[in-house]
Amino acid sequence: MVDFTLWDILRNLLLAARWTIVLSLIAFIGGGVMGLVLLVLRLGRNRFADMVIGGYVQLFQGTPLLMQLFLLYFGIALFGVDTSPWVAACMALTLYTSAYLTEIWRGCVEAVPRGQWEASASLALSFGQQLSHIILPQALKIAVPPTVGFLVQVIKGTALASVIGFVELTKAGGMIANATYEPLLVYGFVALIYFAICFPISLVAGSLERKLHVGQR
Amino acid sequence: MSASADPSGTDPSGADPSAANPVLVSPHTEVGAPIVRITALRKSFGTNEVLKGIDLDVMRGEVVAVIGKSGSGKSTLLRCINGLEVFQEGSLSVDGKPLLHDSALAMRELRQRVGMIFQSFNLFPHLSVGRNVMLAPRLVKKRRADENEARARQLLARVGLAEKFDAMPDQLSGGQQQRVAIARALAMDPAVMLCDEITSALDPELVGEVLRVVESLAEDGMTLLMVTHEMGFARKVADRIIFMDRGRVHESGPPDKIFGHPETPELKQFLSSLHD
Ligand SMILES: Nc1ncnc2c1ncn2[C@@H]1O[C@H](COP(=O)(O)OP(=O)(O)O)[C@@H](O)[C@H]1O
Ligand SMILES: [Mg+2]
Repeated sequence: MVDFTLWDILRNLLLAARWTIVLSLIAFIGGGVMGLVLLVLRLGRNRFADMVIGGYVQLFQGTPLLMQLFLLYFGIALFGVDTSPWVAACMALTLYTSAYLTEIWRGCVEAVPRGQWEASASLALSFGQQLSHIILPQALKIAVPPTVGFLVQVIKGTALASVIGFVELTKAGGMIANATYEPLLVYGFVALIYFAICFPISLVAGSLERKLHVGQR
Repeated sequence: MSASADPSGTDPSGADPSAANPVLVSPHTEVGAPIVRITALRKSFGTNEVLKGIDLDVMRGEVVAVIGKSGSGKSTLLRCINGLEVFQEGSLSVDGKPLLHDSALAMRELRQRVGMIFQSFNLFPHLSVGRNVMLAPRLVKKRRADENEARARQLLARVGLAEKFDAMPDQLSGGQQQRVAIARALAMDPAVMLCDEITSALDPELVGEVLRVVESLAEDGMTLLMVTHEMGFARKVADRIIFMDRGRVHESGPPDKIFGHPETPELKQFLSSLHD
């Protein structure tokens, strides 16, 4: 039986927290890019694309993230492709994030008054110009709070990647708790670290929101 | 009021006033030839036929006012002209460009010939007044930056808002916002301007400043097709009045005839309802 000092526990948790952050970043950047592409496809008034993407969104919103992780991890293996928990976790979280973000952002685009589409169309702007110069800048302002709120969800969601053996903060916490017989202490630290990651994000979101409002003046 | 536009550019003696005015750019169409040609146009929303065969030519330099009850199809007609609504039958051309719904390129060509002013102004709230006016010429016409800004300032001066170039739309009154919208449409050098009840959302004391700008455009030879409830204004400024009823042009003619000697019972009833 090894003796763990408090510092040992904290240090190991912090090292594992890196992977929580990296996984969150990958999910958010990958999911954000993919969500934006899906959004533009969906706004392009192509019925078929709209239906397919709508189905995709329903699929990922209607099933637990845990199942998505399992299915991807074991599903990829089924095709004979050698997959690691790392790849499966990144893929599952990216797909999950893209489905939610594209739906959140679609709501924000729909909140931009129809008159903005009509005025910009009347001025002979192309669809892409309408989006990039008129619609998305206005939607962006509305999108900040729900997007950041969801970013926090994703960070907490990475904890589920532990079930397929990916060692991030939660998984490391479990392992250390088992080794030290100090579950309350260890999981208390784990919770604190999650809070320390998520809370500043909410703060930044608040100030960003205020800045965007000032920018409109 | 400072809002009134400067009419010094007009040349009442010339046959083509817009040619003498540096602020307005001449259309391709000859004076006296039709700028807007609408033939047998039919438009339905689902099973609800809203326009039931419209034939209408608007000549270059002509000012046409469209009147009629709410729901008679006035807005839909205007929106068909710049392709905001898709119609099912008939044909439509503006300044020689046919309206082809399926061609994004042709639509953009046509929309450059048509300026539209909305009841609700629809300024871009995230852009300053100057940028509202300069955006489309920059993106669509690739106008040079210095030229674009000079023209925007000239047009804002034209609508009495020279000093508002750097203001944001939400800092302006409704009347000022609507005048910016007019300057923004003019910046694309349209051959015709469509106005859909452009003073209906304004407080009564702000209506005059907008109507004066429209009137000065008419004096300068701009072709105008406007839906309006301002009968006094229509009578004064329009060359021709179109009375629409249930998706048809029910009666049309010069203002004196329409307001002074209405022929159909529908028009008589409409006009008398205005005095109630
Ligand atoms: N987007 C739409 N979808 C369905 N019906 C519409 C739409 N726009 C207008 N209508 C219908 O078309 C008719 C004419 O409307 P409109 O052109 O707005 O009339 P007006 O401008 O003369 O008041 C009305 O019966 C209205 O309900
Ligand atoms: Mg209307």
